[in-house]
Amino acid sequence: MIADFRRMRAGMAGLAFLVLTALVALTAPLFISPHDLSAVFAPGMPRQAPSGDFLLGTDGYGRSMVDVTIWGARISLTVGLLATLLAVGIGALVGVTAGHFGGWPGTVLMRVTDWFLVLPVLVLATALASVLKPGVGTVVVAIGVTSWPTTARVVRAQTLSVEARPYIERAKALGGGHWHVMRRHILPNVMPLMLAQATLTVSGAILAEATLAFLGLGDPTKVSWGTTLQLARQVGAVSANDWWILLPPGAAIVAVALAFTLVGRALEQVLNPRLQEQM
Amino acid sequence: MNDVLRVEDLHVSYRRAGGRVPAVRGVDLALPAGGRLGLAGESGCGKSTLAAAVLRLLPKSATVTGRVLLEGEDVQEMGWGRLRAVRWARASIVFQGAMHSLNPVRRVGDQIAEPILLHEKTTRAEADRRVAKLLDQVGLVAARAAAYPHELSGGQRQRVMIAMALACSPRLIVADEPTTALDVMIQAQILRLIGELVAEHGISLLMISHDLAVLAEHCDRLAVMYAGRIAEEGPAGQVFADARHPYGRALAGAFPRIGDPASRRGPRGLPGDPPDPAQLPEGCAFAPRCPIAVDACREAEPALIAAGGDGERMAACIRMDALRGAS
Repeated sequence: MIADFRRMRAGMAGLAFLVLTALVALTAPLFISPHDLSAVFAPGMPRQAPSGDFLLGTDGYGRSMVDVTIWGARISLTVGLLATLLAVGIGALVGVTAGHFGGWPGTVLMRVTDWFLVLPVLVLATALASVLKPGVGTVVVAIGVTSWPTTARVVRAQTLSVEARPYIERAKALGGGHWHVMRRHILPNVMPLMLAQATLTVSGAILAEATLAFLGLGDPTKVSWGTTLQLARQVGAVSANDWWILLPPGAAIVAVALAFTLVGRALEQVLNPRLQEQM
Repeated sequence: MNDVLRVEDLHVSYRRAGGRVPAVRGVDLALPAGGRLGLAGESGCGKSTLAAAVLRLLPKSATVTGRVLLEGEDVQEMGWGRLRAVRWARASIVFQGAMHSLNPVRRVGDQIAEPILLHEKTTRAEADRRVAKLLDQVGLVAARAAAYPHELSGGQRQRVMIAMALACSPRLIVADEPTTALDVMIQAQILRLIGELVAEHGISLLMISHDLAVLAEHCDRLAVMYAGRIAEEGPAGQVFADARHPYGRALAGAFPRIGDPASRRGPRGLPGDPPDPAQLPEGCAFAPRCPIAVDACREAEPALIAAGGDGERMAACIRMDALRGAS
């Protein structure tokens, strides 16, 4: 399976980028000191253009944009991944349960899903983030519990179609109970779909985190891509055309989201033997 | 009483819009240990419903009365846990259409190991060893355990299904049209394989097919079903060669026999369609298509009565004497 994945060049490129980003984010404390990120004792002057000292200039406090962007990856990746785990987990649980049992439990679950689906995600997440105690955990929960409905619907649809296949009847005939059928037969069949959903959700979650932080609902003490953009707006970097403050976090968000999508597509092809055969 | 399977006065009906539709209407069958019973009939005669009833696999819309005894134990009265324990361990099924009975995203070895791991407290390694042995028994190399279903041919897939059916050493195997969608050569191979394996392990076999000739070759006894009832039952060779029910005769005549030019030039078909189970005719359900039906046939449904063959044969036809004269 690993060998199959290696043959997917776009997926490998995405994965390489993500591994590099993750490594840099993880090892950031080794080469960036808290002092470099201090808003009060910032190393440079505010909004300095790129120069030899600061390769990408400085932000509104005078911190190096290189340091800020690297540090921002820590929060963005953590929140993005954890929120996705939560969202896809809830979505898969609801979708498989609703699809497998059907009847009134399925109907009730799907009505709840519909309700969450029509709620504007950003408004709900904003409301949640403002009610709960500010912090990384809150942002994860706010994004996680608002972005599962699409996954639930897609997983349920696939579950229903798998449920009608003869091998489900065969699994029941050989003495398998609900748990066995769901885990051994339905889950492997919805797994590629869950991965595809996960990649979409990761991109969305990273964007949502940036949005919440931009709106000032994240953890104000942490440096993330969203808070960096928010600060840029506050100090007037947008109207002053200080591109070096806006571009790095924006480009980072786009690049990470794209990399996750590439990896997800490649994984989907590897995990679904029939897709692989068609290539 | 050492019958592995006994079906007593089984009725199954399905709930549909506009009322109940009977699929099986009073069937009695007995299958002794090591016996091989063939069940023949057209599409929609209730034979697959009967097979599903053996392991209580019918959908919720089905109502079942009568008894299905697996080694003396009534399947209808088992609790959920007991039923799950009995499924596959006592009786397993070779489904029609192996292509669709295998999960496309899981390796076939894992799927053969499935019933073993479900029913026995055993390790994964031990299960894998048994899978290799089972694959060997059905004529596949053990390395094929790592293959996905789409990598196997139709015949190989059906072999996998047979290996799966044997996995928990059941007392009974129900083969529900095991060779549909296979070409004739593979069909013969698969049927021979099933025959050899059940003989070797002393397993009873209930084989379901529309092909009377195949059943006659591979079974000891034959039961012919029509519109949810047994039309005729008896030793396989006799039923095939000399049917006592006009429907059995038509079914046997529908296949040309090798070495018999007369039958090859004019395989006798049967005019008309099987009756709509929701609107069965009065009297004998076969009467509208029967070449020798008389008025009495349309008045009362004939009972299954002794039909010669030293008391071995039964048929549900009041005109069986006329049939003998007609041939």
